[in-house]
Amino acid sequence: MAGIAPQPPNTGADTGGDTTGYRSILAPLLAPTWGVIGVFLVLPVLLMLLYSFLTKEFRGGVDWQFSLAAYDQFFVTRGLFGDEPPQIEWTYIAIFWRSIWQAALATLLCLIIGFPTAWFIAARSPASRSLWLFAITIPYWVNLLIRTVSLKFLIRDNGPLNEAMLAIGVIDAPLTMINTNAAVMLGLFYSYLPFMVLPIYAAVERYNFTLSEAASDLYAPRWVVLREIVLPNVRAGLIAGCILVFVPSLGAFLAPDLLGGGKTFMIGSLIEEQFKGSLGNWPFGAATAMILMTLVMIVLLIYARVAAKDASR
Amino acid sequence: MQAAVEIDQAVKRYGSITALHGVTLSIADNEFFTLLGPSGCGKTTLLRMIAGFEDVTAGEIRLFGQNIAALEPNLRPVNTVFQQYALFPHMTVLDNVAFGLKMKGQDVPTRRARAAQMLDMVHLSDFAARMPAQLSGGQQQRVALARALAPAPKVLLLDEPLSALDLKLRQAMRVELKQLQRDTGITFIFVTHDQEEALTMSDRIAVMSAGRIQQTGSPRDIYESPANRFVADFIGETNLLAVQVLSVTGGVAQVQVPGGQTLACPAPSAAATATPGAHHLSIRPEHISLVAPGSGIQAVVDRVVYLGTDLQIHTHLPGGAAFHLRLQNSARIAVPNPGDTVGLQLDEGAARLVAD
Repeated sequence: MAGIAPQPPNTGADTGGDTTGYRSILAPLLAPTWGVIGVFLVLPVLLMLLYSFLTKEFRGGVDWQFSLAAYDQFFVTRGLFGDEPPQIEWTYIAIFWRSIWQAALATLLCLIIGFPTAWFIAARSPASRSLWLFAITIPYWVNLLIRTVSLKFLIRDNGPLNEAMLAIGVIDAPLTMINTNAAVMLGLFYSYLPFMVLPIYAAVERYNFTLSEAASDLYAPRWVVLREIVLPNVRAGLIAGCILVFVPSLGAFLAPDLLGGGKTFMIGSLIEEQFKGSLGNWPFGAATAMILMTLVMIVLLIYARVAAKDASR
Repeated sequence: MQAAVEIDQAVKRYGSITALHGVTLSIADNEFFTLLGPSGCGKTTLLRMIAGFEDVTAGEIRLFGQNIAALEPNLRPVNTVFQQYALFPHMTVLDNVAFGLKMKGQDVPTRRARAAQMLDMVHLSDFAARMPAQLSGGQQQRVALARALAPAPKVLLLDEPLSALDLKLRQAMRVELKQLQRDTGITFIFVTHDQEEALTMSDRIAVMSAGRIQQTGSPRDIYESPANRFVADFIGETNLLAVQVLSVTGGVAQVQVPGGQTLACPAPSAAATATPGAHHLSIRPEHISLVAPGSGIQAVVDRVVYLGTDLQIHTHLPGGAAFHLRLQNSARIAVPNPGDTVGLQLDEGAARLVAD
């Protein structure tokens, strides 16, 4: 009953046993799938893994020399001049922690707004539902960069939002919205809200509303119906939505850079820096990306276990 | 004695559509009461208004004297068995049955004991730990029943609970439901479109059509003294003949059937006071017997249908009006052939004038 569950790659092992003829044509038909997965997923990840264990070359690039320096730089410090006893390096862990915190807040915000939105859409008539879903997806026809820049324009000190609020007298002086944590949050929220709405919508749409009636018939007040009946039955959609928002928020760098003014340094920005210009450090960037990916994999594995438990009943 | 449920001029409108036109009903305590009617007649709407799932546009719904029309469903001491059962898919059978008790604040041992007792009553003790999806339709139906009865409601509402079951199971459940109602003494309000279900289980039936109650009465009243043409036609098989009332004297009406033949029938007051003119006569096919041509009403046999226990004989009157009768199959009766002219003898009081 997962909304958007990670699908296992179709190897044909479960269907191919029927006839030998079927199996023989299956392999060439599946070749493009394997090609795409290999070239665009497995190969880049392996390259990243490889780079994270190489030596950095000044002005970017790598020396083909095995080294653990990148991971060492991430986790261990030996003082400013490298002559002190090794200690845990907190700088990058702090950036990770801040990013996780920021991403979690953005996810929570998306959840709080996204759940009622998805519920609202699912409660419409079937004809108007597709219209609402369409409306939700329209902004995503425009590139993320352009949308983020537009947002920056809207909330800057002399931007339309401040001008409008000044004009109707809500505020006396322009509110500083740009280059704040709140602005970053707004950017993340705006960027990823549909990823929350769509899987929750898919789950709510399949929810049997008679269950809510049955629960209230059995003396459950409204909030108990929500907690005991609705939420457990749309849980897979909620979890899918949270993951789809949390994971990209964790690695986001456009919103922190453009809306936070680079003040709040996040994982995405950290990684991006390592591959930019002469200050870059490719192995360190690759190692940071691998650590991030490991974290994300752990989250996804937890989700897969929950989804499997849901599906088994 | 105070009525369990009183519905007073209840109206339900959805925008410009009126689903219920001022329905008034009184349902006694311990009664098995059925709302019967074709789909779209408003019977389910009425049931959902009693449960609290639909608000009442106008009128009152009183439960043991208290007007509950404005109460939230969770504050009404009635429970519902839903058509598709609506069991909570993420809870075990036992937890489903105990849910209402939990909401009423009973502690775990008490509600577990009560739920187990309820499951025992519907013969599902061995299934307490299963999930609803692991049960058959009939078993799910019993769980739904146990769940609704567990909090000991004053009134149990049943929304076509048997319609999703196959015929054999449905027939068995009819007997069980009726027995359960007698044993528990709870007032049952049962919604169905199946007249056989209604006739076999109910103490009283309200026949509904187009958002109005057409007739309320015992199964026998409804079947044998239909108040109007709709009820006569909807309940069981009947012959409806358009007739002319020639005269009414002393509760007996002389009517002329199509084709010019006349016969006498009891005249209900409504029809008796009406101006003589066009009316309908309802005659149940099993209340007619075959006699020799020349006596009774003359008719021509069209075809004979063999039904096993019964024979169905389709005829037409000289005016062309179709007329059919049912005879119990027996070696003693002489089966007419198509084209034969036969005489039709009506049982005493079989022909009934019904209002339009």
